[in-house]
Amino acid sequence: MTNSISEIENNDCLFITGSNTTDTHPVLSYFIKQAKRKGAKIIVAEPRKIDLVKHSDVFVQIKPGTNIALYNGMANYIYHNGLADQKYIESRTEGYAEFLTGIIDFTPKKAAKICGCKEEDIIEAAKIFASAKSAGIYYAMGVTQHSNGTNGVKSLCNLGLITGNIGKKNAGINPLRGQNNVQGACDMGGLPNNLTGYQKVFNDEARAKFEKAWDVKIDSTPGIRIPEMIEGMADGSVKFAYVMGENPIVSDPDTNHVKAAFEKVNFLVVQDMFLTETAEYADVVLPASSFAEKEGTFTNTERRVQMVNKAIEPVGNSKPDYMILQELMTVFGYQENKTPSEIMDEIASLTPIYSGINYDRLKIKGLQWPCTDKNHPGTKYLYEEKFTRKKALFSKVEYLESAEVANKEYPVTMTTGRTLYQYHTRTMTDKTKGINTLVKENYIEINSFTATKYNLTDGEMTTVTSRRGSIKVRVKVKEILQDDVCFMPFHFAEGANVLTNTAADQYCGIPELKVCAIKFNA
Amino acid sequence: MIKLIINGNQIEVEENTTVLKAARELGIEIPTFCDDDRLSKQTSCRLCIVEVEGTDKLLTSCNLEVKEGMVVNTESEKVRIALKINLSLIWAGHPNDCMKCGKSGECKLQDYSFEYDVDAEPIYSVRKEAIAKNATNHFFEIDPDKCILCGKCVRICSEQVGVGALGFKNRGQETYVSFGNDNFEDAGCVSCGSCVSVCPTGALLNKTADKYRNWDVDKVRTTCSYCGVGCQMELVVHKGKIVRVDANEEGSNRGLLCVKGKYAFNFINHRDRLTTPLVRKNGKLVEATWEEAYAKINQKYLEFKGESNSFVGFSSARCTNEENYLFQKMFRQVFKTNNIDHCARL
Amino acid sequence: MIKSKAELMKKYQQTKDKIENRKGKIDLKKREVLVCTGTGCMSSKSKKIVANLEEAIAELNLDVEVHGTGCLGFCEKGPIVKIMPDDTFYSQVKVSEAKEIVTEHLLNNRIYTKKLYVNPLTKQKVEKTKDIPFYDNQVRIALRNCGFINAESIDEYIGTKGYQALELSLTKSPDEVIEVVKASGLRGRGGGGFPTGLKWSFAKNNTGQKYILCNADEGDPGAFMDRSILEGDPHAIIEAMAIGGYAIGANYGYVYVRAEYPHAVERLNIAIEQARAEGLLGENIFGTEFSYDMEIRLGAGAFVCGEETALIASIEGDRGMPKTKPPFPANKGLWDAPTIINNVETYAVIPQIILNGAEWFKKIGTEKSSGTKVFALGGKVKNTGLIEVPMGITLRKIIEEIGGGVTKGREFKAVLTGGPSGGCLTKDHLDEIVDFDRLTELGSMMGSGGMIVLDDFNCMVDIAKFYMDFIVDESCGKCTPCREGTAAIHKMLADITDGKATIADLVELEKLCKMVKSTSLCGLGQTAPNPVLSTLRYFKDEYLEHIEEKRCAAGVCDGLISELFITDKCIGCTLCAKNCPVSCIAGERKELHVIEKDKCILCKDCFTRCPVGAIITR
Repeated sequence: MTNSISEIENNDCLFITGSNTTDTHPVLSYFIKQAKRKGAKIIVAEPRKIDLVKHSDVFVQIKPGTNIALYNGMANYIYHNGLADQKYIESRTEGYAEFLTGIIDFTPKKAAKICGCKEEDIIEAAKIFASAKSAGIYYAMGVTQHSNGTNGVKSLCNLGLITGNIGKKNAGINPLRGQNNVQGACDMGGLPNNLTGYQKVFNDEARAKFEKAWDVKIDSTPGIRIPEMIEGMADGSVKFAYVMGENPIVSDPDTNHVKAAFEKVNFLVVQDMFLTETAEYADVVLPASSFAEKEGTFTNTERRVQMVNKAIEPVGNSKPDYMILQELMTVFGYQENKTPSEIMDEIASLTPIYSGINYDRLKIKGLQWPCTDKNHPGTKYLYEEKFTRKKALFSKVEYLESAEVANKEYPVTMTTGRTLYQYHTRTMTDKTKGINTLVKENYIEINSFTATKYNLTDGEMTTVTSRRGSIKVRVKVKEILQDDVCFMPFHFAEGANVLTNTAADQYCGIPELKVCAIKFNA
Repeated sequence: MIKLIINGNQIEVEENTTVLKAARELGIEIPTFCDDDRLSKQTSCRLCIVEVEGTDKLLTSCNLEVKEGMVVNTESEKVRIALKINLSLIWAGHPNDCMKCGKSGECKLQDYSFEYDVDAEPIYSVRKEAIAKNATNHFFEIDPDKCILCGKCVRICSEQVGVGALGFKNRGQETYVSFGNDNFEDAGCVSCGSCVSVCPTGALLNKTADKYRNWDVDKVRTTCSYCGVGCQMELVVHKGKIVRVDANEEGSNRGLLCVKGKYAFNFINHRDRLTTPLVRKNGKLVEATWEEAYAKINQKYLEFKGESNSFVGFSSARCTNEENYLFQKMFRQVFKTNNIDHCARL
Repeated sequence: MIKSKAELMKKYQQTKDKIENRKGKIDLKKREVLVCTGTGCMSSKSKKIVANLEEAIAELNLDVEVHGTGCLGFCEKGPIVKIMPDDTFYSQVKVSEAKEIVTEHLLNNRIYTKKLYVNPLTKQKVEKTKDIPFYDNQVRIALRNCGFINAESIDEYIGTKGYQALELSLTKSPDEVIEVVKASGLRGRGGGGFPTGLKWSFAKNNTGQKYILCNADEGDPGAFMDRSILEGDPHAIIEAMAIGGYAIGANYGYVYVRAEYPHAVERLNIAIEQARAEGLLGENIFGTEFSYDMEIRLGAGAFVCGEETALIASIEGDRGMPKTKPPFPANKGLWDAPTIINNVETYAVIPQIILNGAEWFKKIGTEKSSGTKVFALGGKVKNTGLIEVPMGITLRKIIEEIGGGVTKGREFKAVLTGGPSGGCLTKDHLDEIVDFDRLTELGSMMGSGGMIVLDDFNCMVDIAKFYMDFIVDESCGKCTPCREGTAAIHKMLADITDGKATIADLVELEKLCKMVKSTSLCGLGQTAPNPVLSTLRYFKDEYLEHIEEKRCAAGVCDGLISELFITDKCIGCTLCAKNCPVSCIAGERKELHVIEKDKCILCKDCFTRCPVGAIITR
């Protein structure tokens, strides 16, 4: 998030898109609703009529995978109706003219046709968004998990820029990160092209710093991403795979393909709290302690580094991951034996945006990066004075169809998502009885039109097939979807990801989990 | 700034401060059931009454703004008598079962009754008929007999959580708090347990099989391990086990949690937890020592050591920063590869 | 449509003569029949009387109009039929007698003496309203049109100078209007007695959207002045609220009426429609910039909704529960907008104040309580009904002259004012004057105007218990002192009337009452203990008698009666023996009677019947 959670209630307008916030980020959604209570306008653009629609001023119901068309249509209206923030555009951005060439003819009417929504709704959304004193954009995987996900984000940024809402209090462009420390994992260099704090492996200066600290030569070419890793496992080029706290068998697209890869790899280490579906393929399974059994830090979606404190001793012979990793490195001949606090000091010494962070300072409220020295108070919102690249860059973004669209054979578009009660692959949540009572099993959500069309009734079991596989699943009829669109939660093994498509975004490799085409077997 | 005197102590506070808060700044805790900074003023428990010089009535300090030269007494005879009567009235309709109540030790009614010498034998008799518990929610239940109608649960649900699943039913002495249609699901309850967090008595309690007393637990502040909001919470530990999660009001979540943060903590002490390393022998995963497991991994490391591209690591968005740091450090330093990625895209 | 003063005056001229004729001020040689169609008389089929009268008149082809009016006040004697301009007053008229009245009075020009009112003192039949003592000493301002005009006719209202006050107000500045109200000394008739003009000025000083509300959620047991005004003179309320709206800057109003008042709601709705049709509600009233409209909101009969913040909550669609003050509605009321709430009776006098001037009003009543007050006189008094008297009148005048004294020759014991929030006054106070401040000083209050007379068959502890029972039922349950405290008080009173209490309990009772009074959230709770505290103040001996002697002298508290006993005051009239349902009383004529204790079922029939009070309870 460019801005902070505490600012949400003071936004004058909130544009929620690609996020079923009440289910995926429940506590954050409370603040969105509080903003509404305080008089904010709320725009929701989603394929489903989600709970937040009840609190919204405009709801634009779009077909899965058409969000870029919507954003471009909104930008078109804003531009043509004099609602653009000219002063901001001139002083703080670049590439405006180029960007305009992409939207100048992309009228709300054209967008509405692509999105399957009403033109008036797009206009109303554009008007409300552009005329608010401060408008924040809130999005999640509904924008990113597409084969053109990066462009989706860029297109949303364009909306923020054309209205001057980035680098401003109570506004901003705010991706809602789905997992407790997904922000931290990125910050810490858990990416093939990044060292900590987004320092590039191909940046000689950065690499030199790490090489000096670690006393080792670092490869300057970026590594491979998960989809390629799975490919490599499948084709035998990857021989040693180490999975820490993940369950790709359930979470990654095209389960059958992933299974084959894990079956194939020569050696697999899985480090987890439970014997997950993935751990069952391992050669060595290392029992990890839970967050309650260790000290450390998580970085949340608003870039706040916060303490995790030890409440109980490790269960059984399990060990905290940091201990396992250090012991292993020592076994490999690289002596490591630090406390979490000392590790953070090492991180701070190598990572500019974490430079000012240490455990003593985190105690009560944590700190929001960038926190560049020991006296830096942390950063509530980004780009107040300047952007990372001085001026923000508009991007010309073209709307492209999803990689797989419904056709005669696979006539229904499927989208996926999280539910309030379950979490990811259920490794943690399925241990609580009440949770499992509330969301017991996998289901496919369709509206009554679709149900009638394919001769399905609420509660019955049906078989759903995509080009990649086929599963049995229970039908849930709910009037929150458009015709010929369905939704399936991704929590369940042998569920949604048997069907999903591995087509990925060309820039960041994110798989297109939000759109695939399916059919119901007669 | 406004100057006033509370219990003989002079204090200077900002304009629009309430007397309750001004007193708190002086370290004087005025009793209250229904006041909460996050919620609208209900002013219904009438416990925070104070005597203000020049006024005959007792005034509630939770909504009384400070005035220049105000002289306030929070512990005058008149206040103490009224407080004792108020608490005695509540006590008269309250089950006398502190010995088996899960709230005991953290109950405000218990604390205030002690403070203001409320007799165990009720001096008043109020006509009150027992109302059945509402146990429809999977995680907590409502016991109207223990409810003092402070309304914090109702207000937090509608004003903070934005759901409004709880409300008052009936009126007068028959008033009780319940879900719409008396069923949590019908009412749209999202089981976040915020109502339980704010309840000052044992009227809203978690359903739990764990038996513990509130003075026998440790509370450890930590960060929730579910979504990216990073809610601050307290793990309540009894005999090495997490028995409850309490919300913490200092974090960005302002004392609010969701159903997962508040109730889905059973995995921590769950019997399915891996408690020892496993190594595959003859196609089967069997229990092993850490040394065996490490040796096996080292063997494979040495086997492929020369081909750094054959190593891949799936780091974790669930682990700490320190662990993620170490993981990529291990890959880059030991395995000499940048083949590290994690589930950021899922 | 009336869009100017000229158009209003034209309409006024058209009906003025009819009204003057009715008053007997001019003679158009035209008679009219007025029939009370207030709720009280309607329950005695007065609507049918109207129909029968019209039928008979039509049959005889007479040129006489029949009008259903609002309440004439003398409810004890309803249904009431009046022939105007003769001012003949027929009381307790039956449906079947309508035709005879037409034939006798209207056709044959003879007084239908059978239905004339009989003065109980002189035993003389009284022909004209003005000669009936009940109407003596009354000054009718709020009730001026009640029982006089056709309540469903805007023309008749205009004929009594209706809407001229609004027109006049619109020629003044809002501040000038408020000044007039301030100068009149008018105080809120709902019970609080807050100066109306001052309240208006608070809202006037705020900006933005504002509202003006009328509190017609009359809830005091036995009080019905608001209902009667709405039924009898609905346009007066509309006109006054429009004036108020102009003065404070509100363009919309709500009348909050309890749903138990269907006739009031119906008449008010008719009136609102008529006013809208005439352009007296809506855009640019009298061609000025001022626009104002209004609607009715129904209450579900919760007593607490008479409390203004609860009333606002109810209009907003929330539970009718009070909120803490401040903020006061004048600053932050309906939908957080500045809001003025006045009671029906307060509004009813405002057009008259505007038309006749502040001085005129101020001359009536006492220095600090100007004007008149309407009371619903009830209980053990001969003439029950609705009365309007100038402030400063003595209790004795009200009870003995207007009310005709205590019924059946029993002894006056106390009078209750202010309903469940008020208190009692004793025979020592009969010569006290009635105004806001004096009643408060005496430990009672004006309240909305319920006035209930008690005699020696009323037990004061029981009365306190009755009111507390009412409060326990009506407490909204929001705050602890009122919710739990009033129930505890009720239980303590019940213990006293059951003979289970001790002297120590009496101390606790008083302590508890003071606590509830000083710490409750709203006016309901803050005044709820008043009946207890007031009866404790003036009738402590009755409490002591209940506790120490286990005796209820009034014979009301069943829990204390184990025996009825005939004392030697008995004159042997045999009345008790004749009526005893189990024939357990024996005795010769003119000799002392005796009750056979074992057979007696304690029905107390003899006790209430004994003309000399010889029978006591033990």
